Amino acid sequence: MNKPSAIEEILTNRTRPKSPPAIQASATFAWRALLRIRYVPEQLFDVTVFPIIFLLMFTYLFGGAISGSTGEYLNFVLPGILVMTVSMITMYTGLDLNKDIEKGVFDRFRSLPIWQPSVLVGALLVDTLRYLIASTIMVTLGYILGFRPEAGFSGVIMGVVILLLFSFSLSWIWTMLGIIVRSEKALMGISMMFLFPLTFLSSVFVDPSTMPNWLQKFVDINPITFVVDAVRTLIHGTGTNGDVMIVIYISIALIAIFGPLTMYFFKNK
Amino acid sequence: MTTYAVEATDLVKIFGKHRAVDGISLKVPKGIVYGFLGPNGAGKTTMIRMLATLLKPNEGHAKVMGYDLGKEADKVRHSISLTGQFASVDEELSGRENLIFISRLVGYSRKQAKLRADELLHAFQLEDVAKRQVKKYSGGMRRRIDIAASIVTSPELLFLDEPTTGLDPRSRNQVWDIVKALVKNGTTVFLTTQYLEEADQLADLIGVIDRGKLIAEGTSKELKSSIGAGSLTVHFDDSEELKKAQNIFISQFEQEPDINEQDISLTVMIKEHAKAAKAIGELANTNVQIKDFSMSQPSLDEVFLTLTGNVQDQEGGDSTNE
Repeated sequence: MNKPSAIEEILTNRTRPKSPPAIQASATFAWRALLRIRYVPEQLFDVTVFPIIFLLMFTYLFGGAISGSTGEYLNFVLPGILVMTVSMITMYTGLDLNKDIEKGVFDRFRSLPIWQPSVLVGALLVDTLRYLIASTIMVTLGYILGFRPEAGFSGVIMGVVILLLFSFSLSWIWTMLGIIVRSEKALMGISMMFLFPLTFLSSVFVDPSTMPNWLQKFVDINPITFVVDAVRTLIHGTGTNGDVMIVIYISIALIAIFGPLTMYFFKNK
Repeated sequence: MTTYAVEATDLVKIFGKHRAVDGISLKVPKGIVYGFLGPNGAGKTTMIRMLATLLKPNEGHAKVMGYDLGKEADKVRHSISLTGQFASVDEELSGRENLIFISRLVGYSRKQAKLRADELLHAFQLEDVAKRQVKKYSGGMRRRIDIAASIVTSPELLFLDEPTTGLDPRSRNQVWDIVKALVKNGTTVFLTTQYLEEADQLADLIGVIDRGKLIAEGTSKELKSSIGAGSLTVHFDDSEELKKAQNIFISQFEQEPDINEQDISLTVMIKEHAKAAKAIGELANTNVQIKDFSMSQPSLDEVFLTLTGNVQDQEGGDSTNE
């Protein structure tokens, strides 16, 4: 039996290296999330197939009825569906975390002397990458189908950037729920309950001025509407700083509220 | 310099109405193996999770490696490592990736992390499965990678939550050897177990926990002797002789012996060995025919039974929930 001595040999070092800075810790958690995708590439199903199905479905289903032609509708609806799809996908962030926490490896993370939010920030960074994949696929497909952004390529990039900022911020809500809700199914239910009305009762599909008054009031204060409007105006070049600033404020507010809350529940689970 | 790795005072943790840990105070000297022994649901995991900064106690306070659990949690985390009961590494990643990952988190550079991972894989004899996902490991390999991940940097204090539960004897011995090597190197080990044998074999000091309370503490020798020196069992050829012996035993030990009709035997608990010898002599003097006799050391099982006054039952609701 040579094993105990082999183990004794590698135990010589009793001083720990300095704890990694927050960025290294976050990057390490992001690396872990990327490795997991490599082992289970099906994880990317939602960000690849969803955008395709959504775009095809809604463009050809509503296009003729709403705008008279699918081509015209595509230009109007693509920014909306883009926001809707990515917002929907953010929900998976919470689901993954919920599954992950149940397994117990989080106990080890939480007992390490690291900047604690890095566990979640790292995962969210990779999720943001997933949102970027979804956005790229949708815009590319849109382009093939005849979508022409009036503000050109740079408008699209700015639109996607603002959407990613919003999605990253929105994810903190699901992250928090992922920590406190006990089962994956319950979490799915809660997420859907919010996401469905919020995405549909917005300016994603139709111009709000066609809606009854009481509904318009809701649509006007719906954060998704603001995001859709900002992205739409950026993509089609009619954007003002005001549209974009509102989304930035919403994003900062989401992080300011749900970031600390998430960390509170994370530490005190 | 404190001499204690853990100093806990009146720790209490309440889940809803259930007092999972109900006022535990204990001191663990540095450099030993402390065995926290108790049945399922006794509060062992809750205790370990509090000491490892994962759960905040409702009452009481504790120092771990001299640092206050509440105010200096980060310093505590610098000195400890935790190997939880389930999946304390990422099952989706390979063993090597896990070790690199943890090494990076404790602050090694990319290059150092890879070196350290390979060293550990070698020492724990996991080189052959280094690139396999941990979820495909056997129970023994799982446990080894769990522990390897905990000693990426040698902790001053290592918490092991039921390290051998569900392992086959060979893997169990391997884990025991690892624990012994760690302690030899100066690490203090705080382990929980529901196996009396494990506490007996490994622990220098044993705390017995039941229903959230520490009901006894001592070396395994002390715990055993607290209930006497053991038991004396005498077998007879027929029950006539047993009857005679029974009376002699009652006068000798001032207690009613247990009678086993099938075996035709008597068993008494004894406080000193001399008394047992005297009683056997008395049986010979009065010409009671005995078939054979035997002395037995008390087992920790008996200690446990005596202390808790109940059979080790498998109550559900393990304390790991929440």
